[in-house]
Amino acid sequence: MKLLVVEDDRETAAYLVKGLSESGYTVDQSGDGREGLYLASSGSYDAIILDRMLPGMDGLAMLGALRAAKIGTPSLILSALGSVDDRVKGLRAGGDDYLVKPFAFSELLARIEALLRRGAAGATTTKLRAADLELDLLTRSVKRGDSVIDLLPREFQLLEYLMRNAGHVVTRTMLLEHVWDYHFDPQTNVIDVHISRLRQKVDRNFDKPLIHTVRGAGYCLRAAD
Amino acid sequence: MWRLLGQIRQLVKTHAFRLASLYFAVFAVSVLGVLLSVYLISADFVERQTQATLEAEIAGLAEQYAQRGISGLVQIIAARSAGDRGDGVLYLVTNADGHPLAGNITGWPEGTPVSPGPVSFRVAMKDQGVTRTHPAQGALIVIPEGYRLLVARDISDAALYRQRIKMTLVWSGLVALVAGLFGGAVMSRNLLRRVEQVNRTAERVMGGNLADRVPLKGTRDEFDQLAANLNNMLDQIERLMAGMREVSDNIAHDLRTPLARLRARLELSLIANQNTNGQNTNGAEDGAQTEAVRAAIDEADRLLATFNALLNIAEAESGARRNQAEPLDLAQTVRSAAELYEPVAEEKGCALKLDVEPGIMIRGDRHLLSQAVANLLDNALKYGGGEVRLSAHQQDGRAALEVSDMGPGIPEEEREAVFDRFVRLEPSRSTPGNGLGLSLVRAVARLHNGTVALGDNQPGLKVRLEFAAL
Repeated sequence: MKLLVVEDDRETAAYLVKGLSESGYTVDQSGDGREGLYLASSGSYDAIILDRMLPGMDGLAMLGALRAAKIGTPSLILSALGSVDDRVKGLRAGGDDYLVKPFAFSELLARIEALLRRGAAGATTTKLRAADLELDLLTRSVKRGDSVIDLLPREFQLLEYLMRNAGHVVTRTMLLEHVWDYHFDPQTNVIDVHISRLRQKVDRNFDKPLIHTVRGAGYCLRAAD
Repeated sequence: MWRLLGQIRQLVKTHAFRLASLYFAVFAVSVLGVLLSVYLISADFVERQTQATLEAEIAGLAEQYAQRGISGLVQIIAARSAGDRGDGVLYLVTNADGHPLAGNITGWPEGTPVSPGPVSFRVAMKDQGVTRTHPAQGALIVIPEGYRLLVARDISDAALYRQRIKMTLVWSGLVALVAGLFGGAVMSRNLLRRVEQVNRTAERVMGGNLADRVPLKGTRDEFDQLAANLNNMLDQIERLMAGMREVSDNIAHDLRTPLARLRARLELSLIANQNTNGQNTNGAEDGAQTEAVRAAIDEADRLLATFNALLNIAEAESGARRNQAEPLDLAQTVRSAAELYEPVAEEKGCALKLDVEPGIMIRGDRHLLSQAVANLLDNALKYGGGEVRLSAHQQDGRAALEVSDMGPGIPEEEREAVFDRFVRLEPSRSTPGNGLGLSLVRAVARLHNGTVALGDNQPGLKVRLEFAAL
């Protein structure tokens, strides 16, 4: 997997390159918007991480130019500005996700992985499966093995998001953003409580748990290894 | 009735009332003094004039008597008594038996003792056909050989004059006293009003409205100077408070970046460690070092969360997000926040009761409002407990949102303070939290031109947010 990092702050760029390389990605780096656009125009990257404020060319303008050239490489915008308005602007300019600095590396990694999967999936599915767990998007029903699991609408959405990202880490913030559309950190770990409720229904009466806690990062739905 | 008495008692206690009373008392004493002396002086003057006329008359008659004897005296008195001379002088000469010889009094006035010296008596006078008794004052002189001479003056005019002066003075005195009372009342009322203005401003400032100022009249009098000085003081307080806030915001802003880098390095070292050790992400066999790094990352995360919360509040307070307001359903926002917290309530054994009227449209920022409601629920569940009620209603063009719990509540004198940054009522600070939750709630309320108030839920705390409904 090949990633492009366009970031002018050297400290952040070095941190990104190091972390992503350690995580098994091939990383190219640029500190300039124009150069970034030139590199990205080749279309050879699986994902782009770009800063909003860049010398030479603004991050949003760079993204706009890239999308105008029909290059749809999934991209994540990094920004020091946290307000929702900026998020909306970033997503409207063609960004696929938006992360406010300072961020946890695990958060960035989880989001990048989610972006890469989104690029790969494509085809619309009506049923999600993980091990013996089956989620039907049309009938909005959930089955594990032979038993039907009753879920509240929000629990269904939560499980759906976990299953769409099965095998990968999803962070609490990602869940809060995608399932609840909230862009703030609640003081209490509300997500943990929701997850433990979901676990009660999905995992309690079965030998092998599917929902796992990943320390320092978030949660992951996968068949036990 | 009792209320009126209470109000009067309250009025008597004010400085303005005492000042007005003092003003009135001094005014009344001086006016009465002036009027009394005017009366005494003019009465004395009339008295002296009467006396002087009589003395001159007696002196003239004595001269006649000395020159022409008793017959001459009788003659001159008869001459003077003929016709009304209009000066009101009365004469009577009698022989030793009291038989009148001449004069304009018909007979010896009854009850007047026959002894030389000053006399006063009443005499019947014909005045335009009507007979009236007039008071008279004069002197009785006994002439050798038993003749008696009575010279007196009709003092009814003088008495009338005195009466008039008295009435004039009494009336003008009354008018002056009424004017004094009125003046005192107006003066004290103006004084009271300006002091009251200062008081009300001070109360509003203490109530949290730091931008309020005492109105100036532009007269440059002592009150204006006082108001101007107070306003300067308030400006300074506001600047200091803003400065303090700025310092904490700047610290948050400036420390966030290095803290984020610190966190990044720790995280990278963790990732590098995992890769070299080939451990799985469950980290079941983490070494002590890894554990320490994890703990450090958690600490950094808590600090970052606090800084982010501070910056969030600063942003909301600056009003920079005002333009992001859009029509939204407060009921929907409240419901979804409640839904987020419902499992938390259940885990803590609290009953979360919802009482939300559907379709309450307001203009607002959904994310900030959600966060405010979440903070209130968080507080209610963390510090309150029991039954937590969340209600939202619309009434008279206002949208009201209430979160109440059945916990220990907040004492009235501390209800204002808890809105300040980092204020936590728990002295031990053992419950996790940063003391910024209510600060954000207030910033959000103000950003929406709304209000937030803490009240007593008996028992527990009741937080009420109000916005203008659409």
